[in-house]
Amino acid sequence: MDFGLSQEQQLVVDTVRRFVEDELYPLEAEVERRGFVPRELGREIQRKVIALGFYAPNIPQEFGGGGLDHLGFTLLERELGRAAMALTVWWGRPSNILCACEGEQRERYLLPATRGDKIDALAMTEPGAGSDVRGMSCTARQAGGDWVINGTKHFISHADIADFVILFAATGEEETRSGRKKRISCFLVDRGTPGFEIRPGYNAVSHRGYHNCILSFSDCRVPASQMLGGEGEGFALANAWLHATRLTVAAMCVGRARRAFDLALRYAVERRQFGQQIGKFQGVSFKLADMSTEIDAADYLTLAAAWQLDQGRKADRPIAEAKLFASEMLARVTDAALQIYGGMGLMEDLPLERLWRDARVERIWEGTSEIQRHIISRDLLRPLGG
Amino acid sequence: MKVLVAVKRVIDFNVKVRVKADKTGVETANVKMSMNPFDEIGVEEAIRLKEAGIATEIIAVSLGVAQCQETIRTALAMGADRGILVQSDAELQPLAVAKLLKAIVEKEKPELCILGKQAIDDDCNQTGQMLAALLGWAQGTFASKVKREGDRLLVTREVDGGLETVKLKLPAVVTTDLRLNEPRYASLPNIMKAKKKPIETLTPEQLGVDVAPRLVTLKVEEPPKRQGGRKVASVAELVDKLRNEARVI
Repeated sequence: MDFGLSQEQQLVVDTVRRFVEDELYPLEAEVERRGFVPRELGREIQRKVIALGFYAPNIPQEFGGGGLDHLGFTLLERELGRAAMALTVWWGRPSNILCACEGEQRERYLLPATRGDKIDALAMTEPGAGSDVRGMSCTARQAGGDWVINGTKHFISHADIADFVILFAATGEEETRSGRKKRISCFLVDRGTPGFEIRPGYNAVSHRGYHNCILSFSDCRVPASQMLGGEGEGFALANAWLHATRLTVAAMCVGRARRAFDLALRYAVERRQFGQQIGKFQGVSFKLADMSTEIDAADYLTLAAAWQLDQGRKADRPIAEAKLFASEMLARVTDAALQIYGGMGLMEDLPLERLWRDARVERIWEGTSEIQRHIISRDLLRPLGG
Repeated sequence: MKVLVAVKRVIDFNVKVRVKADKTGVETANVKMSMNPFDEIGVEEAIRLKEAGIATEIIAVSLGVAQCQETIRTALAMGADRGILVQSDAELQPLAVAKLLKAIVEKEKPELCILGKQAIDDDCNQTGQMLAALLGWAQGTFASKVKREGDRLLVTREVDGGLETVKLKLPAVVTTDLRLNEPRYASLPNIMKAKKKPIETLTPEQLGVDVAPRLVTLKVEEPPKRQGGRKVASVAELVDKLRNEARVI
């Protein structure tokens, strides 16, 4: 067993960390204040990352991507997690599901997304279908050679900057062993398609410059060639390609927690009260010990889950464990870091209050903590007949 | 033109350096190590020379423990073509390093050697000058600009009074100053390629160089803690304190 990073992995970590610290940190406060990233600024970040050959690092080299394995990509996400998502979204990591593109779809979606010519967004969640994804009411019905889409999606991350969305919609129902279920299919829908509207979403407590959108489809007609995979294969595709998005959340939580911790650690040495460094008080030093322990634990869980994927093993449970623990750890660590800073921690002059607010969504999106616990316990109990 | 760049593994500039308990040196165990920032500037300059069609091959050389390979790998990921590690666990002082580099120069026959003006660990600022002297080559130290002009090299140097430009006959040794350039990030394709670039490992014995230290370190101590400043009420009091307490006037 080797717990160290290879030289290449270390170089990826060092490079991403340096880019994030030098190029992105200085922009964060302004982005948070204004609540958005000006398009030209986003494009500039994108151009720099493309020049570094670090754009679409998760996409295989045969499609022009960086070709990182799961462990390498997870390390990259961990370092990106230090910075605000409003900025890191421009460090394009197209959805892996685009690798399922066939024929002309590759030219229209996968390759432009990998080059940075087009930006994708994933549209799954609906007002009435959150954790219960299959309960979605957005439908697509066949009409001639086309599909006609109707329905509403919400909480669709960064759809405001997307050129196309990867949409999941119900295309019928079928009898299964566990009763009648909707058949879900996946579509690639271009911005500007008649009947497809992208509207601003809600103002959230977390990730203020990184926007969610509401998508409405009203008799939106797309040709059959824009269906990704076969009819009714939407969930199979999602299961095959999207499991790693949870791992991404876990990795980003570890990076962000480490940043909050680094700030708190330094402050514990600099700040003096009652004639000594506050780090000399056990109330502070033990907090730091617990924070470090938890961050390391989440880090190892996350990297181990990525390693499992690279070994070609089923990793649903390790990924769920990593996502659950890392997101809950982040809440505790950012809270403790803020506590060590005292009143100053609450002020917008420091990044801590933002890290603390941003942490909240991580226990909700990409599967709530409850859904992760469900996945973990189901995996444990099922083999025993549970 | 073949270019040789020396890269030293040093304690990362972000690390707060601590003196070892036995005062024989500074603590390096479990400390983040990186490439000497001035050497990074050297690698960047070599790459720019290559991009400008002046350099044909860049060889990154590091001398020291086995982990110096990581420093070489960083240079390769930035864009150097191959590496040479002279592996030794001994303490390598500037003269020994200069002699080892001279032996490598004789083996590789580069036309230009680029070194950092100094390493941020010992701040010696000697190796480049020693190497040029040992080789009998021209030297342009503290370079803030390097330009090729025919078979000469124009080097702008940062000197106390401002800037000085010297014209060097090649082959030459150049040492880098802070403002020469801003080193690039390693690109992902280059990181991937770096794995396949060769690193040759040699020993001081193979190069026939005696690296025994000529200087002995007696003791390493923390600098004295800075005393807090004091406010004075009047110029007269200040003059009085300077004269009678500080005894500087």
